[in-house]
Amino acid sequence: MSHHKRFMRHLLSGILLLAATAQAQTPQQTLDGFKQSAAETTGFQGFSAARGEQFFKSTHGNDWSCSTCHTQNPAAQGKHAKTSKIIQPLAPAANADRFTDQAKVDKWFKRNCNDVLNRACTPLEKGDVLTYLMTLK
Amino acid sequence: MNKQKAFLIILASLLAMPNAMASGGIAFTATNSKWKAECGSCHVAYPANMLPATSWKAMMGGLDKHFGSDASLDAATSVEILAFLEKNASQRKADPAQKPQLRITETRWFINAHDEVSAKTWKNPLVKSAANCAACHTQAESGDFSERNIRIPK
Repeated sequence: MSHHKRFMRHLLSGILLLAATAQAQTPQQTLDGFKQSAAETTGFQGFSAARGEQFFKSTHGNDWSCSTCHTQNPAAQGKHAKTSKIIQPLAPAANADRFTDQAKVDKWFKRNCNDVLNRACTPLEKGDVLTYLMTLK
Repeated sequence: MNKQKAFLIILASLLAMPNAMASGGIAFTATNSKWKAECGSCHVAYPANMLPATSWKAMMGGLDKHFGSDASLDAATSVEILAFLEKNASQRKADPAQKPQLRITETRWFINAHDEVSAKTWKNPLVKSAANCAACHTQAESGDFSERNIRIPK
């Protein structure tokens, strides 16, 4: 293979790799990731939308629940409990950007679980919540 | 109060204001996409010029406990945002003997600039918090805090 051809091939694979890493994932793919982690824990029997809804709407020892800011209807706009800044809908059906960027998903679960539960959420809790959010129309 | 004293007080409060305000511009133009996105997700992305560099350093060092919320960032993003904030920070000297001021609303320039705002306005549920710039500064999101764009909610 000529140098030129080899260079072009490297360039092309580089571009493809970049496109793949920058490409957004679907909420289903995000959920599959949680499923993979949850499956490693003992007794995992799948996610539950009902459990997710319950988790989302309950407090866990602190003043805030998820629904304090995201409201009882996460398909609608929410509002930050302290600053009143508008929060765009969380349910993927109402906001196509949600759960399509793994770094963003990880960042917000880390922060918000700390605020609501004083700890990280388990893969089961995250999967339950996302399963619930994906049932909303 | 004699004239000279009044002049000195006005001069002192002007000097205490962020540079952009003291020079009459009242538009904060320094921007950075990460700062805008990250600092602007829960509240208005407060302009760098509103606090001195020592305050921003302390703020960015404690994001996991940011006024009662976890606002932690990955290291690379945090480094970039702090560099931006420090570069564009208020040049007003912070008292090294004091802890860095973290609340913009407790700075002398903020208090002076808002001394005409009534207690009733501050208590209005549409304002809710002095941190909610956009309640009255309608163009706060774009860094424009000029008088003509102030609409105090009734």
